[in-house]
Order: sequence, then structure tokens, then C-alpha cells
Amino acid sequence: MAGKTISEKILSVKSGVDARAGDVVVCTVDSAMGNDGSTPMALDYFDAMGGARVFAPERIVFALDHYAPAPSQKTTELHQRMRDFAARHGIEVREIGDGIGHQLMVESGRVTPGSLVVGADSHSVTYGALNAFATGIGSSDLAALMICGRVWLRVPESIRVTLSGELGKGVFAKDIALSLARELRADGATYQAMEFSGAGVSSLEIEDRLVLSNLVVEMGAKNGVFPADQKTFAYLGGSFAGVAADTDASYSREIVVDLEKIVPQVALPHQVDHVVAIGEAAGTPVQMVYLGTCTGGRVRDFHQARDVLKAGGGVARGVQLVVTPASRTVLETLTRDGTLADFIALGAVVVTPGCGSCCGTCGAIPGNGVNVISTANRNFKGRMGNSNASIFLASPASCAAAALTGRIVDPREIGAAAVEQEP
Amino acid sequence: MQGRARVFGDDINTDYIITSRRKRESLDPQVLRRYLFEEIDANFAATVEPGDLIVAGKNFGCGSAMEVAVTVVLGAGIKAVLAQGFSRTYFRNAVNNGLLPLICDTSRIREGDRLTIHSENGLTIYNETTGETTPAAPVPSIMMQILECGGLVPYFRRYRDFKV
Repeated sequence: MAGKTISEKILSVKSGVDARAGDVVVCTVDSAMGNDGSTPMALDYFDAMGGARVFAPERIVFALDHYAPAPSQKTTELHQRMRDFAARHGIEVREIGDGIGHQLMVESGRVTPGSLVVGADSHSVTYGALNAFATGIGSSDLAALMICGRVWLRVPESIRVTLSGELGKGVFAKDIALSLARELRADGATYQAMEFSGAGVSSLEIEDRLVLSNLVVEMGAKNGVFPADQKTFAYLGGSFAGVAADTDASYSREIVVDLEKIVPQVALPHQVDHVVAIGEAAGTPVQMVYLGTCTGGRVRDFHQARDVLKAGGGVARGVQLVVTPASRTVLETLTRDGTLADFIALGAVVVTPGCGSCCGTCGAIPGNGVNVISTANRNFKGRMGNSNASIFLASPASCAAAALTGRIVDPREIGAAAVEQEP
Repeated sequence: MQGRARVFGDDINTDYIITSRRKRESLDPQVLRRYLFEEIDANFAATVEPGDLIVAGKNFGCGSAMEVAVTVVLGAGIKAVLAQGFSRTYFRNAVNNGLLPLICDTSRIREGDRLTIHSENGLTIYNETTGETTPAAPVPSIMMQILECGGLVPYFRRYRDFKV
């Protein structure tokens, strides 16, 4: 019998059966997250299902991140309902201002190599960067999981993405992810896992891997899993038994990415897979630059953007620069190391850690006719709360370069090449 | 099941089905149905009739996993979505709420065609307007069980756990 992929191995352990691509298995979940977008409905389903007590409440966390701070009376009521339920059942709540649930999951140690982690949010795939099987579920799934501790999953076929070489200067993890979206398109990995491998993996920091895992869902993938290595263990502050694929594992497709050949990319409105080399969109005026989200709101992202902005001298007239750290911990780090002061001095609008503007639920909403360039993962029409705005997606350095010039520009042309890939 | 085809294209994401910002004020499908597909078809909510069937291209329901994108469709009286493919979270949420997601070749179905879904000998779609019959991909058994119960709520009220 053929060997197994990382996904097949983890789901075999969690289901207790020999799980192979195509099987439907019921798995015990190690950790689960619900946010204020998805959990209020989950509580309705929980009640409707006749739920009484929560199975293993210590495995569950609620994050108040989509409406942070609450923009309306109604959303304060959703929050209060979550807090009341959590207090009654012993579930941890991450409060307004703590940050985006996904970032809190990876910061808090709830995601470890080999674990099965689900979240009632599509970007729960992010945790695969830490060698977990991580995927998004719905509110009803979360309710069922709160009752029985389990979830049904179809074991995915895996696409092996082999990374070789290292990124050039001015090119970042987001550019790899957008290149993959261009190749696979928005449904190229539907129902499948993307398993990253190859010598190029070791050159990517955990914060880079989080960007790639986060974006796999924009290609339809069920999870985007990395092997575990010393960087994984250092990030988690401990030693773990990582899960590696067998050498004779079977893959539905193989993609080889030479990192040295990747150039800066941009996704054009209004599709994540509508990707071109950024030079092809050069000159497009932008009026808003958004740095944040579960894709591009980590310390490393802000350092890359700050370095471009400082090297270039500041934000162009007529550009609104919005900074939203992914978590309070990120905000604290940026405060301690002076990055936040740099952004404030550059005239940035600093918004509470959370999802906010990315999905138009609160925070900075772009105006009519405004072009936004963002470090986020989605650029659907109306996504940021105004269907008369247009959203471009790019790396933090490319976003910063656009902030400098007021136009989309290849960051390598304006000194971003000088920005080192910091370790 | 019988209904009138309401045709959409490829990559219809959940924000297009129901925009996130509408969820701020209500999760009630009867309220949200007023805004169904407002980003891409401002006329849809006013013209949808109970029993209509959504017919789409590939990757229907991509983007956010938000479940209101399913309950709002049910709230408008739509009982099935036919598409060449679904995002996995939309497919999952549809099954869990008793909305029938059918994977089939939708390329020859036109707006307003009268469709009948037959379930004998596997699921098939008969297009009364054109006379064509199209097979739908089989639905795996656990999903069929949940669908036959009417969704995960009645399933869990009956079984209290997953039965595989």
C-alpha cells in the first residue's frame, strides 16, 4: 500500500482508522476556534440541536475579532451572548483588542505539529504553517463539535508544492502565494490539501509560511500544511514530534516553484486569482493602503513595510495609510521596537487589532471610487464595506511602495530591494 | 423537486451571496433575504420566488465560510443549488442545513428554464424547457444521511453524535 501524505497521517491518528484520500472520517478535534462572525449562529444551532453541556470546553476558544470594537448596539449583543455562553461552559474568550482569532491560535500554543485544529472561519487554514491539519468549518459544525468533540471530514487528495531556492530581494511570501493563485486559479485546489515541501521551505520563516497557508483557501484548498522543522519548534518554544509525508505518498498533482524566479505580484480587482506581475499594473493610482489582516498583519510584515516607507521618505499626499496589527502581541512588539511610532509619524491611521476593515465589518471603510492596495487575502467587490471601491492585493513591501508614490509600483524599483529578508 | 432556474456565473463568493456588513444588524434569513445577491444582481431579491433553483458555474460559494450564505438562500425559499463545483465550506454548510448542493454540468441551463430534480437511480436533472437530462455527481453517504434528516440540527437531535 502506498505511503501517506501529511494530511492522511494526521487524519488517520485523529479518526483511529486508516484514512486515505477520498474517505470520509469522523475525527476528534484537538482545538477549535469560533469568532464573533460565526459563533452567534453556532449558539443558535447548539440550542436547536438540544445541546446541554460542552464537550471538552478547554479545547475551544471564542475570539471577538470581526466587530472589534463593536460598531453597533446589535454587535455588542452578539458579543455579550458569546461571553455569557462561554462563562457558563468554561470556554476561553479572547476579547476585543486581543486580535484576530487566527493569529491568537498560533500565538497561544493551541496549534502544535500533528494536531487537528478547526475554526468556524475559512482562514483557519492558516495554522497548517505549524504542521497541523487545519481547516475551516461552518457554524453548525462548530455547534456539533461543542456537543460531541468531533467533526466529519473528507480526507483530501494532496497537491505537493515543492519549493526550491530562495526569494530575491524585494520579493516576499505574499508574492509566492499570489503566483500560486495565478497558476491554480480560485478553484484549482478545491477539496484538496496543499502540502508544501522541498529545500526552499527552510528558507521561509514561520511568518512567511503563515502567509502561504492562509492563502491556500483562495485556491479552494482544504488545508495548506508545512512540514515541521527547527523554525517550527523555535516558534512554538518547545520540541514536538513533527509529521512528515512518506516518500511514496501519492499526490494528485505536483507543482514546483523556483523561489528565485518569483517576482512581485498583485491581484487585481475583484478576484484573488486575477494576478499579474506588479509591473503590469504599475502607475495605477491608489488612495488607501491597508496593512493588516490574518495574511499580512504580523511583525515581520510591518517591518518590511516600514523599511520601504522610511527609505523612501514618507506617504504620498492623498494616500490614507491604515495600520491594523493582527494581535495585541504584535501591537506590543511594534510599540517596543519603535515601529508603531514610525507609522504614527508617517501619518498612519492605527486601528484596533482585529479583522475590521478587511471584511468591512468595522474600521476604515474606503470611499467611492477609491483604489485600495492591501496586504489582505480577499479583494471581492464590496469586501471592505464599499462596493464602489476597488481592492488590489500585494505584499507589505509592495503596499508600502504604493503608499510612497501614490501609485502601484514594483517595490524593487524604489529601494525595497534594499530591504533585507530579516531572519 | 421542481423549479425555475436562476443562473449565475463562476466564482460566486459568499460575500456576493450576502455581504458581510448586512450580518451586523441581523442573522435572520427573512431579513437578510432582502439583500440576497445584492452586490451582483440588484434585482434578484425582488424577483426570487419560493421554489426557484440556483444554477451556477464553477466554485460556487467560495470565500468566507459564513453559514448565513446558506441560510439566506433557504430563507428565500430556494431548496437546491446546481453548480459545476462548490467551495468545500459552502458544500458543507449546505448539507448541514438541508440545502441540496448538486454538482453537475450546468453549462446548457438558461435563466428561467424549468428544471426537475429526480432521485431515482441517482440524482438527475431534467430540463423541461430543453428536454435534456443531466446526471449529478453522487453525494457521499454521511452527507446524504444529514440531508435526508433535513440538516445537522435534526440529525443531531436524533443521533447526538456522528454515525459513520
